[in-house]
Amino acid sequence: MLTTDGAQAERYLRLRRRLAGSDADEVAATLADLARKVRETDLAMIRRAGLGHIGSDFSVTDILVTLYGAVLSIDPRDPLAADRDRFILSKGHTAGALYAVLAQCGFFPESALETFAGPLSPLNGHPNRTKVPGVETNTGPLGHGFPVAVGVALAAKLSGSPRRTFVVLGDGELQEGSNWEAAMTAGHHGLSALTAVVDRNRLQQGARTEDTKRLEPLADKWVSFGWEVRECDGHDHRRLLAAFAPATGDRPVCVIAHTTKGKGVSFMEDRVEWHHKVPTAEQATAAFEELAR
Amino acid sequence: MTGTVAAAPLFDCRKAFADELIAMARADERVVVVCNDSVGSSNLVRFREEFPDRLINVGIAEQDLVGVGAGLANGGMLPFVSAAAPFLTGRALEQIKADVAYSHAHVVLCGQSPGMAYGELGPTHHSIEDLSWIRAVADLPVIVPADPAETRAALRWAASYDGPSYLRIGRFAVPSVNPDDLVFEPGRSRQLADGDDVTVIAVGAIVSRALDAAARLREEGIRLRVINMASIEPLDEEAVLRAARETRGVVTAEEATVTGGLGAAVASLLAQHRPTPMRILGVPRTFAPTGSTEFLLGHFGLTADGIAAAARQLAGDGPR
Repeated sequence: MLTTDGAQAERYLRLRRRLAGSDADEVAATLADLARKVRETDLAMIRRAGLGHIGSDFSVTDILVTLYGAVLSIDPRDPLAADRDRFILSKGHTAGALYAVLAQCGFFPESALETFAGPLSPLNGHPNRTKVPGVETNTGPLGHGFPVAVGVALAAKLSGSPRRTFVVLGDGELQEGSNWEAAMTAGHHGLSALTAVVDRNRLQQGARTEDTKRLEPLADKWVSFGWEVRECDGHDHRRLLAAFAPATGDRPVCVIAHTTKGKGVSFMEDRVEWHHKVPTAEQATAAFEELAR
Repeated sequence: MTGTVAAAPLFDCRKAFADELIAMARADERVVVVCNDSVGSSNLVRFREEFPDRLINVGIAEQDLVGVGAGLANGGMLPFVSAAAPFLTGRALEQIKADVAYSHAHVVLCGQSPGMAYGELGPTHHSIEDLSWIRAVADLPVIVPADPAETRAALRWAASYDGPSYLRIGRFAVPSVNPDDLVFEPGRSRQLADGDDVTVIAVGAIVSRALDAAARLREEGIRLRVINMASIEPLDEEAVLRAARETRGVVTAEEATVTGGLGAAVASLLAQHRPTPMRILGVPRTFAPTGSTEFLLGHFGLTADGIAAAARQLAGDGPR
């Protein structure tokens, strides 16, 4: 089990306090900087490991950074605090991006990222809560995180806890029927403290979602399951922040975040083959240069 | 101690299950039950009357059932996830593996009406594969109580253990074979009849039949040791190895396929540490024909006669 990096956790908590008193421009600039750092870290991890899901990682990065940078009520020094907000990454294959974010928050030392996917590393290709603080449930097979998040939100409602629960789903993942079982349960119970974020990059492993098994009209599906739906640019931190505001009524909230797979590196963007392709040394150099701009 | 239970009164373990859950819920407000429309078949009507908010019915949706259970545990509740065993383990096996066992979530999985309890409803409703499936999952104790007292004791243990567990809650009426104040311990079996000719290791509804077999064989001068191995995982290896040392052979008997349950666990241990003649009684790798539970148990030799016949063969196999 990895343990908290106390100094980094203090830096993270200071950043959170600073952002809480900052104007929107400063918040957006800080989150953009954090997102760049996360993408660079993730690219380095994937190069080192020789595996990973870089296209999906870069798609979800701004969602993760916004949540951890400015929304979630968490303390990396006490990762199991009873009333912490919960974040569940249902699309567990983007563990690389999550690990980079968790390290930035100080849940564990950044040096551990160098072991990503290596022999006996706690940082598996998919997140494991028994090895990595900050991970709430083990995901990897798709369609698992969402029902668990519904259970977490139900527990909060039953026990009167004020905490919020966030779950990030891939759009292709929504082809798993278990998600719709969970959506129905959350709608039935009016779990307004639950927010499901759909990383809507329109690509799945082998093709476009709409060519594989059509998801549209996606917003209508969620509405019909009893959810409040918000749509936004999934790379615009200000709009994401607005979308992550608490529910306006007694329904759970679905944020459809319109994203681009491989966001930030032009030759990866919206290209199906970058779902889990590993960049060559030359491609990595070019990618680092683009990210630094 | 040697018991004969053929004429004893019979009890349904589901009532003990419901009574114990209600008692635990009164004492611990974290206790919740999650079910899949199975309020009646899980005998949860009384629980719902007393704790309407703490009975979470996700409807007919087993993947959601187990995932929500894992989430409730993460959220600080103590969930008992209850559904008919065939659907709980078959439909939601990946959730059991990833959300509960691999995530080490404190979820008590309660497989109702296991084995061939749904007799005439047919193989879709039989849960004879569950012991093989669940035994293959790491970090997941597999418990098969033999009677109401053991059902209650196993539930109390599962509530106190900070991790996942799978319990089979019997529907087929059984006689009492354990004391009322039984304390369940994982990895510990109970020797219900002493004997040094042949050993029978049984679970669940078959335990009382093993005791009846022992009574019959005693009249023939064959002394049968009967072990109730309610904790299949972890297995009481010491008791199994002792039986192999002290008796001529080991019969296992379970209301499950013989591919991976109790018999397979005992055989794997003995083959590697003390090769011993065995007979593995259960359901062969076949779908059961139509018939009542009682008929099907007879059809597959899961009776006192079937157990006695297997033990007789081992008793005649030669010197210890």
